[in-house]
Amino acid sequence: MPDVRLVNVTKTYGKIVAVDNVSIHVHDKEYFALLGPSGCGKTTLLRLIAGLIKPDKGEIYIGNRLVNDVPPEDRDVGFVFQTFALFPHMDVWDNVIYGPRVKGFDMKKAKRIGHEVLEMVRLHERLDAFPNELSGGMMQRIAVARALAAGAKLLLLDEPLGQLDAKVRNELRYEIRKMTKDLGLTAIHVTHDQAEAMAISDRIAVMKKGKILQVGTPEELYMNPKSIFVAHFIGESNFLEGYVAEINDKTITVELRNGIKVETINKTTEELKKGERVVIALRPETLKVQREIRKGKNAVLGVIERMTFEGTNVRYEIRLENEDLVILTRPSLTGKWYKIGEKVTVSFPSEKAHIFTYPKVGLREELAVE
Amino acid sequence: MPEIIKVLDKLSAKRSLRNTIYLSSIIIFFTLILIPPILGVIMKWGEMEQVLSQPKLMSEALNAIGNSLWVAIFVSVIDLAAGIPMAWLIARGKSKWLNVIDTFVDIPFIVPTATLGYSLLLFWSEDGLSSLFGKSLISPGWLLVILLHFTFSYPVVTRVMVGALLDYKLEYEQASRTLGASPLTAARTVTLPILKPSMIASFILAFARSISETGATMMVAGTAFINGPLFIKKYHDLNQNGPLVFVSFILIVIASLIFITIKLLGPRLKLPVRKVWPNAERKLSSSGVTASRNGLALLIFFALILIPSLFVAFPAFKAIFGGTTLSQALSGSGVWREYWQSIILTYFLGGIVTLINMIIGLPMAIAIARKTFGELPSIILDVLVNIPLVVPSVALGASLSIFWKNFGFLPEMGPLIFAHMAITYPYFVRSMSAAIERINVNLEEAARTLGAKPFAVFRTIVFPLTKYSMLSGAIMVFTRSVSETGATMVVSNLVTAPVLLVNWVKSGVPTTILGLGCGFLILFSFIILLILRLIVRGREVY
Ligand SMILES: Nc1ncnc2c1ncn2[C@@H]1O[C@H](COP(=O)(O)OP(=O)(O)OP(=O)(O)O)[C@@H](O)[C@H]1O
Ligand SMILES: [Mg+2]
Repeated sequence: MPDVRLVNVTKTYGKIVAVDNVSIHVHDKEYFALLGPSGCGKTTLLRLIAGLIKPDKGEIYIGNRLVNDVPPEDRDVGFVFQTFALFPHMDVWDNVIYGPRVKGFDMKKAKRIGHEVLEMVRLHERLDAFPNELSGGMMQRIAVARALAAGAKLLLLDEPLGQLDAKVRNELRYEIRKMTKDLGLTAIHVTHDQAEAMAISDRIAVMKKGKILQVGTPEELYMNPKSIFVAHFIGESNFLEGYVAEINDKTITVELRNGIKVETINKTTEELKKGERVVIALRPETLKVQREIRKGKNAVLGVIERMTFEGTNVRYEIRLENEDLVILTRPSLTGKWYKIGEKVTVSFPSEKAHIFTYPKVGLREELAVE
Repeated sequence: MPEIIKVLDKLSAKRSLRNTIYLSSIIIFFTLILIPPILGVIMKWGEMEQVLSQPKLMSEALNAIGNSLWVAIFVSVIDLAAGIPMAWLIARGKSKWLNVIDTFVDIPFIVPTATLGYSLLLFWSEDGLSSLFGKSLISPGWLLVILLHFTFSYPVVTRVMVGALLDYKLEYEQASRTLGASPLTAARTVTLPILKPSMIASFILAFARSISETGATMMVAGTAFINGPLFIKKYHDLNQNGPLVFVSFILIVIASLIFITIKLLGPRLKLPVRKVWPNAERKLSSSGVTASRNGLALLIFFALILIPSLFVAFPAFKAIFGGTTLSQALSGSGVWREYWQSIILTYFLGGIVTLINMIIGLPMAIAIARKTFGELPSIILDVLVNIPLVVPSVALGASLSIFWKNFGFLPEMGPLIFAHMAITYPYFVRSMSAAIERINVNLEEAARTLGAKPFAVFRTIVFPLTKYSMLSGAIMVFTRSVSETGATMVVSNLVTAPVLLVNWVKSGVPTTILGLGCGFLILFSFIILLILRLIVRGREVY
C-alpha cells in the first residue's frame, strides 16, 4: 500500500537549498536507497517524508494520500535516526511498545506486538536494560524494532548503520533488508556508502547538492551512469580527458593528450560536437593490461607507477602515455605481478567506455564529495 | 587556535591542577558564600532560648514558618504550571517577537524587590485596578503575598526551562512523533521526563526564593498575615535576635530536608510515562487548543506578572510626554545626580558579581553534576549550595553585616561584592549543574578518547551543549544582583539604584520622578539582557 511520491519538492534553509526540486517515486514494498555525499540533502529529504519538516514547495504523497499537512504521528512511518534516539528514561521494553501505547492499542495487543518484534531482532533477554547499557548494534536493532512495533508500513532509515563497526554493519544490512521484505514493508534507506546501497537496494537514487541525479537499479547505475558524477560515485571509474575528433552515428573518436586517439560507441544522450572537450569513463575491470608493447584500436601505452598488495588483489596505478592515471586491480594468485616501472599496454573495448562532456566546473570539482 | 587556549588545554591535563581548581572552588564556596549568610545564626545561637522558653512566641513562630512553607510550595507548583507552557512557547515559537517577550520575562527579576512589592500594592489595591473598580481589588494579605511571590519566582522557572528546552536534543521528540504520539503526548512522555533535572532545579529555586524574600512581602502582607521572614523582621526591629536564630534555623533545616528528599527521590520519581490517553491528548494538541494555551500563557504573563511589576514605572510616560522631569533627569540635576551615580554603581556591581560567580561557580557545578568527589559529597554540596537562597533575607542581611563589619579595612566595594556573590551564587550553580547533568557522559568520554584535553572537552562539548543554560544562569545572577535591596542596605553605605529607589519611596518623592527612576533602571537592564540574548541566539548553529 505505501508507495511514496515526491513531486517537485524543494526545501531551503536561508540561502542553502537543501532539497532542490526533487521528484521521485518509491514503489510499494521496494527497498530504496538514497545515496549521496555528506550534506547533499538526504536527511532533509527523509525528514520531509516523515513530516518532521515541511516542504517550501511541492507535494508529498504516501500511498496516494497528499500528506503535506499531515503531522508525523499520522503518517504511519517508522523513522530510525542515525543516533537511534532511544528514549534514555525508558527501558528496552517501554521503548519498544511506545508506539502501540501512544496509539492507544489495548495492552494485550501491545504486548503481543512487543514480543513479536523483539523476537524478530533477537533481543528478548534484554527487556529491562536501559539504552545506555546496550551496544551500538543492539541499540540499532531496538530502534528498528521500535519503529516496526508502531505498525509502520514505511520505514525511513537515516544512515541506520553509520555508527556501527564494519563487521556488524555488514551483518545487519542484510538482516534489515530481509526483515522488511518478510514483512512486506517499503523502506527508504539513506546512506553515503555506495557499497551498502548496491548490496541491499532494489533501486537507488543518487543525490548531489539537493538534486536527484539518477534513479535506477544497482545494475543500471553501474552499467549506464547518466552523469560523470554517478560513474564516479557508484563503483569505481578511471577518467581519460580529451576532445571529440570525429563523430558519426555509430562511433565517436576522441583525441587524448599527446595526439592519442581512441574510439567509443556513440550511445550518449548528450549533444556532442566535434572539437568539444569530453571525458571518457572506464570501469577498471573493462581494462585489459598486456606486457608487450602493442599498437591497435583503443590501446594506450603506460608505465606501472605504483603497486599495492591488498590480499585477494593487487592494485596497480598506471600512468598512461596521455598523462592520465588509471587504477585497477588484478587477482593476486593468478598471473604474474607487474613491477614498478614496467611498460605495459592498456586497452579497452569501445562499447564499454562512457563518454561525457567535460564538466564546466572542472573534473575535480565535479567529482568532489564535500 | 590562539596560543593561550593551547596552553590552557595542556595545563588542564594535569590532574593536580584540576584538583586544585575544584578544591579552591569549594573553599571559596565555604568561606565566601556559605558561611557569611548563616554567621548570624551561628553567633547568636544561644539566643534561641528566648523562643524556646516562651510558648506563645514559639507558637507564633511555628505558625509563621507554616505560612512560609505552604506559600512557597503552592507558589512553586503554580510557577511550574504557568511557567512551562510559557517557556515552551518562547523556546519553540517561530515569531521574532518571542525574543523580546523572552526578555520581558526577566522584568520582575530586574525590578528591585522592594519596589516590586510597592508596585504590586499600587496595582492591586491602591491606584491601578482599584481605581477602575472604585475600591481596593485585593487588600494586603495572604492573597497579595501569593501574587507577589508568584510574580517574582515565575521568571526563575521560565528562565531555567527556556534554557533547558533550547539545549534539548529534538530528536527524541521527533522519534516519539513518528511513532504516533501527538505533540502533547510527546511532550509529556518524552521531553519533560528528559528535562526533569531542570524542572526540579527550577522548583528548588522558586521555592527558595519564596521562602526567603522579606522586603517586598513586607509591603503587601498587611497586618493579619505573617510568615517566617516577617516574623524575624518584627522582632529584629525590637532588637530581639531569638526569633531570627530560631526561624532561620528551622527554615534552613526544613528546606534542606526538602532538598535532600528531592535530590534522593528525584531520580526515582517517575513521571507517568506509561499511561497515555491517545484521543484526549490528541484533541488537546489540536491547533485550536494549542493557540488557546499560548494565549492563556501570554495572558497570565501580561496580566499577573508583567503589568503589575511595571506599574510603578507607568508614571514615567507622563514624565516623557510633558513637564520638566525628563529634561531634569537627563541633565542630572537635583536628585538625579545621585541617581545616575547609583545606576553606574549598580551595573558595575552586577557585571563584576556575574563574572566572578561564573568563574568560581563553574567548577562547583561540574563537581556536583559529575560527582567529582564521590556520590555523597556531591549530594551534600548540592544541598549546601541552596542554603544562601533559603536564609530569610533579613537574617541574611544581619549575618552579612556581622561578618563584614570585621573587614573594615576592605575598600567599601568589597563587602558589597561579596554580599551579592553570596546571594546570587546558587542561581548560576543550580542552573549549570542541572544542564551538565543532562549531557551524556559518553560525549565527554568520546572527546577525551579523541585526544581532547579536559579543558578542550569543556570548550568543544560541554560549553556548546549548555550555553543557553549558562546564559540563563548568568542572567539570573545579574538581574538578582541589580535588583537586590535588603542586604545591600545593611552591608554597605554605598547607594545602589534599588536602595535609592526605596529611599525615594520612603521620602515620598513625586510619582513621576519615582516612575521615571524605576523606568530607566528597568529599561537599561532590559536592553542589556536583550543584547546578550541576541548575541547568544544569533550564533545558533549546531
Ligand atoms: N535545520 C537546518 N538549518 C539550516 N541548514 C540545514 C538544516 N538542516 C540541514 N541543513 C543544511 O541542508 C543541507 C543538507 O543537509 P542534510 O542534513 O540533509 O544532508 P545529508 O545528506 O543528510 O548529510 P550527511 O550525510 O552528512 O548526514 C546541508 O547543507 C545542511 O547544512
Ligand atoms: Mg544526514
